[in-house]
Amino acid sequence: MKINVNGTSHDLGEIDPKTPLLWVLRDHLSLVGTKYGCGISQCGACTVLLGGEAMKSCLYPVSAVGDTQVTTIEGIAAKDGTLTPVQQAWIDLDVAQCGYCQAGQIVSAEALLRKNPTPSDSEIDAAMDPNLCRCGTYIRIRNGIKRVADANKNVLNGG
Amino acid sequence: MKSLSYNTVDEITDFVTEKIQNLDAAQNSLIFKLDRRQFLQLTGVVGGGLMLGFALPRARANTNGSTFHPNGYIKIDETGVTLYAPNPEIGQGVKTSLPMMVAEELDVSWDDVHVVQSAIDRNAYGGQFAGGSTSTPENYMRLRQAGATARAMLVQAAAEEWNVAASTLSTKSSQVLQTGTNRKISYQEIASAAAALPVPSPENVKLKDPKQFRLLGTRVTGVDNDALVRGEPLFGIDVTLPDMKYAAYHKCPALGGSVISSNIEEIKQMPGVVDAFVLEGNGNVGELLPGIAIIANSTWEALQAKRALNVEWDESQAAKDSWTDAQKEAERLAKEPATQVADNGDFDAAMNASTAKATGFYQYHFVTHAPLEPQNCTAHYKGDSLELWAPTQTPGSAIGTAAKMTGLQTSQVTLHQMRCGGGFGRRLYNDFVSEAAAIARRSKTPIKLQWTREDDTAFDLFRAGGFHQMDGCVDDNGKVTGWRNRFITFAPGGRPASSVSGGVFPGGMVDNLRVEQVALDWTNRCAAWRAPGSNVFAFVVQCFLDELAHAGQRDPLEVLLEVLGEPRSVGGGWRGQGMHTGRAANVVKLAAEKAGWGKELPKNHGMGVAFYYSHAGHIAEVAEVSVGGKEDTVTNRSGDSVVRRKLTVHKVTVAADVGPIINLSGAENQAEGSVIDALSTMMDLSVTFENGRAQQTNFDKYRMLRASSAPAVASHFIDTGEHSPTGLGEPVFPPLAPAVGNAIFAACGHRVRTLPISEEGFYLA
Repeated sequence: MKINVNGTSHDLGEIDPKTPLLWVLRDHLSLVGTKYGCGISQCGACTVLLGGEAMKSCLYPVSAVGDTQVTTIEGIAAKDGTLTPVQQAWIDLDVAQCGYCQAGQIVSAEALLRKNPTPSDSEIDAAMDPNLCRCGTYIRIRNGIKRVADANKNVLNGG
Repeated sequence: MKSLSYNTVDEITDFVTEKIQNLDAAQNSLIFKLDRRQFLQLTGVVGGGLMLGFALPRARANTNGSTFHPNGYIKIDETGVTLYAPNPEIGQGVKTSLPMMVAEELDVSWDDVHVVQSAIDRNAYGGQFAGGSTSTPENYMRLRQAGATARAMLVQAAAEEWNVAASTLSTKSSQVLQTGTNRKISYQEIASAAAALPVPSPENVKLKDPKQFRLLGTRVTGVDNDALVRGEPLFGIDVTLPDMKYAAYHKCPALGGSVISSNIEEIKQMPGVVDAFVLEGNGNVGELLPGIAIIANSTWEALQAKRALNVEWDESQAAKDSWTDAQKEAERLAKEPATQVADNGDFDAAMNASTAKATGFYQYHFVTHAPLEPQNCTAHYKGDSLELWAPTQTPGSAIGTAAKMTGLQTSQVTLHQMRCGGGFGRRLYNDFVSEAAAIARRSKTPIKLQWTREDDTAFDLFRAGGFHQMDGCVDDNGKVTGWRNRFITFAPGGRPASSVSGGVFPGGMVDNLRVEQVALDWTNRCAAWRAPGSNVFAFVVQCFLDELAHAGQRDPLEVLLEVLGEPRSVGGGWRGQGMHTGRAANVVKLAAEKAGWGKELPKNHGMGVAFYYSHAGHIAEVAEVSVGGKEDTVTNRSGDSVVRRKLTVHKVTVAADVGPIINLSGAENQAEGSVIDALSTMMDLSVTFENGRAQQTNFDKYRMLRASSAPAVASHFIDTGEHSPTGLGEPVFPPLAPAVGNAIFAACGHRVRTLPISEEGFYLA
């Protein structure tokens, strides 16, 4: 079985097709940025982009990936290492505490902002509610997204 | 089957308790109150005591002449400035804030600094652990002195190089400068010369006046943030080693059950399974419980095999705990006098003399730590040595337990500190390290032991539930004259999970005060959970004070300030010391002022105030909430019918006095996070037990607060310049629940006395 992750095709050989994508990423491909938190699609630590959509990978069987591009937290920045505005906002606003959920948070925020560059507060809430933060950094997560959204608004307004 | 021992759990709890007691004691000691001049004199000449009891490590012999490595915290060479962060990072920010203390005195530009998590080395760093909000106070002077010592040596080296007096030189941004000239040299350039100098003794090293600080008190982003946003490996769970296998460990869902028989031979035939075997356990519930270990080629295969296990358990010695039985027993005990632990004045006479009284039965459920990174540990056993990669808050004790499991000496065990995906007290206890070591001993290859979320909850060391029968009275002026706190706790292994004393609020502030305690038998493990004791006592005592204020028909803020009274040291700490009523009143007044206490509020809105002293921090919080109308009737966890009502928390104002702030960004983050954690916990978090088994083991039933419910939080920090800094990982947590509870009463007249308050019908907007 083959899957494409962060622009690279990987041959997984003979693998149990029911294996969740999360464990394929972590154990087979050593892409450990995507995290295990609950295993039942409740916490969002395992969120990846599947063809641009935020998807929890802990229950998602690898056989269902097919030809769809998988983007993990390791593939969010540009190939040359340049961070996206979301990643930069996370650093500038010092969002993380323990940081364990933040890969999932960033991926969910990317999915939102790539589809909707200027989300409203309720759209931010709806997009981010699937991602649990045990440390309670929600205020900074929201501010990080708003900061990027505000910059996008300025661009759209020609500012 | 052996009876269960709780020794290891008790030892660690005692260790943390002692640390917190020391913090409380230090609040009353000289060093926290002296002026700067006296303080510096003392730091130079006095040994012993909490803040002064450090000895910097001996200078390492600088065998490599180009490397300046004057102590365990600093290395300057051709690659730049490396600072070593000694304590575990669990989200409290010490991997950034502790090196900031060194950098401040070293006068190095923060941009030049590369921070590395240090090795475990008692000689170089003393105790390295994360707990009790002690990292900041225990390291503040030690790390500043480390930086100042290195700076003095760099200055001396430059003075000798230029043949001028050291007193004519200054430092700034990683450079030594000659006053009045353009002459300067970078630390890197002078490092090898400094390496050849003797390390000056502490009394010959001057620390900065805090007024000269350039870095401390500013906002600094976390040193791991770049790696975090890129998803680079940092956490224990991220460890990947050549030939590493993946392990799971299956224990009896009722704590302490042992294996009679199982389908282990079938399990060994499952795809990817390398080995499976029974471990007997050693009878110590803080170390190794009985169970079945599975080693596989991937985590998924190990977890699949674990799920397929079919085990017959001997539960004769296992937990049979029942929450509903405990509730019934507590309701009965609440009506009877318990063992008195404090009896000041004459409580009965005060009650007889009063016409305005209050009475309330308060209770709180068990909760789990739920760090988002489930417990895990990677272990490589090589016969005569053991290497561990562990996300632990107590690495020293982890080495000890792992040595015991493998029959090695502690000197044969190496532990790599990994970033922890949350701690909250869970990782003070190293049962997962014991398991990994015991499994690794049977494996030829390194193994990574991975707990599931369900394991992490079922085998937590829980924050104990508890019950308080509260009674009190006020006089004709509405002054609190009588207070009785009858506490019903749980006693795992015969030892109370939590204890009250005469020092618990309002100890030392109310004349006629009686404190009683009794404990229920229990088996499941209970232990430190963010702000132990305080995290629930604050709710009980600050809500009950609000009840008494209303009984006397007075403003709760006014009554709180009246109870605090004249500025003085009183009870309030872990064992009845440390709190200062002047510092308390200052934060209460500041929170009230910033929140606009007394202003006109919209209909169905209310404000509540609460104060608590814990972990040497004086914290007040004011919550503004609104409560919706009565909705449908639902059945709560106790089987009672309750009416649902929507709660909106509009704003929480925090005023904190923890002395000077080290990293303002980190401090604000801790305050916001503590408020959100406390709100999440008070709203709906509960683990109940039946037949010894935890009933809510994953996030579908243990529902933490989500982003859309996060309230606005405003944090204000008081620094009078008179106190040394204390920790902020815990003390903001306790006052939140009573502030919200009191605000709910102000908004709708309903008094919440149960945590979580979903038990009384409230849900968060």
